[in-house]
Amino acid sequence: MAAQELVIPDLEINRRLTILPMQEYYTSGHRTCQGCESALVMRYMAKVAGPRTLVTGTTGCMYVANTSYNSTPWALPWAHTQLGSAGSSAIGTAAALKVLMRKGKIAEERINVIAFCSDGGGGDMGLATLSAALQDTRYNLLILLYDNESYANTDIQASGMTPWGAVTSFTPSGSEQRITQHRWKKNVPALLMAGHPTGRYFANASSGFGMDLMDKVRIALDVGGPTFVQTHDPCPKGWDFDPRMSHELAILAVESGITVLWDCLEGELRYQGLTKQQVEGKVRRKPVADYLRRQGRFAHFVDEDVDFFQSRIDEMWEDWILPGVLRVNQTPFGRLPVDSSSPGHAGHAGQDGASGNGNGSAAAAAPIAAVGGNRG
Amino acid sequence: MTTTQETAPAPEREEIITGCDAVAQALRLLDVDVLAGYPIRPYDSVMTAVSKMIANGQMDAEFIVAESEHSQFEIGKHASLVGARAFIGSSGVGWMYGMEALVVTASLRLPVVALVGNRALDDPGAFGVEHNDAMMVRDTGWLLYWVESAQEALDTTLMAYRVAEDKRVMLPCALSMDGAFLTHSQHMVRVPGEDTVGAFVPPYDLGDRRFHPDNPVSIAPQFNEDWVMEARRQSDAGMRRARAVIAEATADFHRVFGRGPADPFVDTYRMEDAEYALIGMGTVGMVGKVAVDRMRAAGKKVGFVRVKWFRPFPQPELRALLRGVKGVGVVDRDYSFGSNSYGGVLYTEVAAALYPEARRPVLVPFIAGLGGREVSVDNLLQMEETVERATADGVADLTCQWIGVRGPDEDPRDEASTAEGGAR
Repeated sequence: MAAQELVIPDLEINRRLTILPMQEYYTSGHRTCQGCESALVMRYMAKVAGPRTLVTGTTGCMYVANTSYNSTPWALPWAHTQLGSAGSSAIGTAAALKVLMRKGKIAEERINVIAFCSDGGGGDMGLATLSAALQDTRYNLLILLYDNESYANTDIQASGMTPWGAVTSFTPSGSEQRITQHRWKKNVPALLMAGHPTGRYFANASSGFGMDLMDKVRIALDVGGPTFVQTHDPCPKGWDFDPRMSHELAILAVESGITVLWDCLEGELRYQGLTKQQVEGKVRRKPVADYLRRQGRFAHFVDEDVDFFQSRIDEMWEDWILPGVLRVNQTPFGRLPVDSSSPGHAGHAGQDGASGNGNGSAAAAAPIAAVGGNRG
Repeated sequence: MTTTQETAPAPEREEIITGCDAVAQALRLLDVDVLAGYPIRPYDSVMTAVSKMIANGQMDAEFIVAESEHSQFEIGKHASLVGARAFIGSSGVGWMYGMEALVVTASLRLPVVALVGNRALDDPGAFGVEHNDAMMVRDTGWLLYWVESAQEALDTTLMAYRVAEDKRVMLPCALSMDGAFLTHSQHMVRVPGEDTVGAFVPPYDLGDRRFHPDNPVSIAPQFNEDWVMEARRQSDAGMRRARAVIAEATADFHRVFGRGPADPFVDTYRMEDAEYALIGMGTVGMVGKVAVDRMRAAGKKVGFVRVKWFRPFPQPELRALLRGVKGVGVVDRDYSFGSNSYGGVLYTEVAAALYPEARRPVLVPFIAGLGGREVSVDNLLQMEETVERATADGVADLTCQWIGVRGPDEDPRDEASTAEGGAR
């Protein structure tokens, strides 16, 4: 069978992909923007998943821009699901496959189930469904969250995963308030990993590192059970930059330590590629200014804002117990966080974090206060 | 001998069970594949029953404890899309919480069946029956049925899958059951054998819409103005065809089970020579029949009509039944604030159904039994007297009468006019 020869060969879980088939399952027929990295993620995902796969996708760019009636890029079966339903669509699909195979109503075989969602659909509205899907160990399913850091299809509104300070349609920069996006970006993959001990695989990837991304999708599908992969996808329209720079920005996000390439297989945390070299001290992180200053959504930033952004990224690398992954400070008895009350608006953090070496509870309370920022 | 016993149809048996348990028995007989539950009273007893049957090996299905009604209904929808027979259900605000998923289940033409254990909507919180919850899907392409007894609940669950999965229909079906009065009251129920159910409901086959790698289709893409209207028209056609399919299925039900309703769409009681009639849905039918007996004993020519299928609405049946009737009272266990004559949803539907008639009866809207309040025989006698009086007085536009409610008797609009400066 020609089609059989084209699929990804079976690999041991920890071996990396080195060759890829020519065959594509996300092809022409979409009308995504020039420089759309999320479309590239879809292509990677479909390519590595292969033809025996069912894909559901929530409302968002990868619905509206992909599938206008009479035109579809999907050579795989694909079905729309509602904005907050990635997890439930995956459960419904996987449960149906399982029971129909058990009852002999369809042929017994491995069929991959992938539900993709966006930062808005998955990180905000559908977060509970992701949680439910990752709890249900009876089913093999992958949730892929493509993170382009805004509700990009509805004209760029802030999501819970929009970076701090970024201008969006709902968080403009004004004459009285320079910054209205007060929320620090939600760390969804770590949140899901930490809260779902029976989930078999969690990963954070980037559209700028295609082989790593495809490896992560492949591992997720191969290990089975409920799994989660998130990708960081630059969006020229939403972030306001020249579409030529999409891939470079994805790479810059990793180089500056904002995006962290990691995965967690059966409870074992691992870093990949450039991130791994950063963790091991072989490569220095680039300043976040290199990344921020290339995007119109941060054009209103003054130096103070860039410094604040840098301080939060530094904290993530220097203070977190799992650098770049999980925000638990290294030890409640050791260093205290810097005063990180955010600039850009009146008021400071309600509690002073620089009160010296206190006991564990005081040290734990301080950084929580610092996150809020706008409590003046 | 042994062989004969094995191949003989499993016999029908009688059990004393609740309305929810009766639905659960039907789901077992139907070999439903995927069920998704989320707790809210009073519908959830059906999920309690099926999860126990699955745990005991009496039923082979995937039971999913969802984390919200929205997920519950999306799980059902997507399971149905893969080709699994799916069941969901809810009550009151839970049904509302998942409304988006209910709408797309209908517009995707997926024959999921749901139980709505009718419950008042919050706020204030209430467990008791009101029909507004299920009514919320009445315009979306859901088939909608109100049952009166546990036997009817079991039978109609079988009917629901048969009609919903019919290629000519392909629409989801919600079975409405009065909370507490039926979900949790016990009745003698004849439970059919497995073989007979298989003969009545053929296997679910989604055909070329099946979501499977062998059938790489894109499902529910973006339509917009160039195609949405055609899609709506297809749903409309499915609903129009449902009437014939329901009639056919009802006839077949008689053939397979040797019993069944006289009329597929309405349940009529002593309407033969009736001059006056009351119309209602759900368990009020039982009370209505007792009230009719009492009025007949007193020499009044009164009958009762229970609307069973609300979607498709039984317009031809109601027109035929009420032709020649002088006065009709419509008992709504729901509200539709600000609607025609301030009546409920059933009233407006009945009024619209009768409009093409050359001679229409006097129609009086009633609202009763909200939030689980009992609708008594006396309440119905009172309604009938009001209808008779309005007919005798020639009052054809009496606004809605609330029955069994505390507070001033006068039309609430009088208070409004007083508040506005006593214009009258």
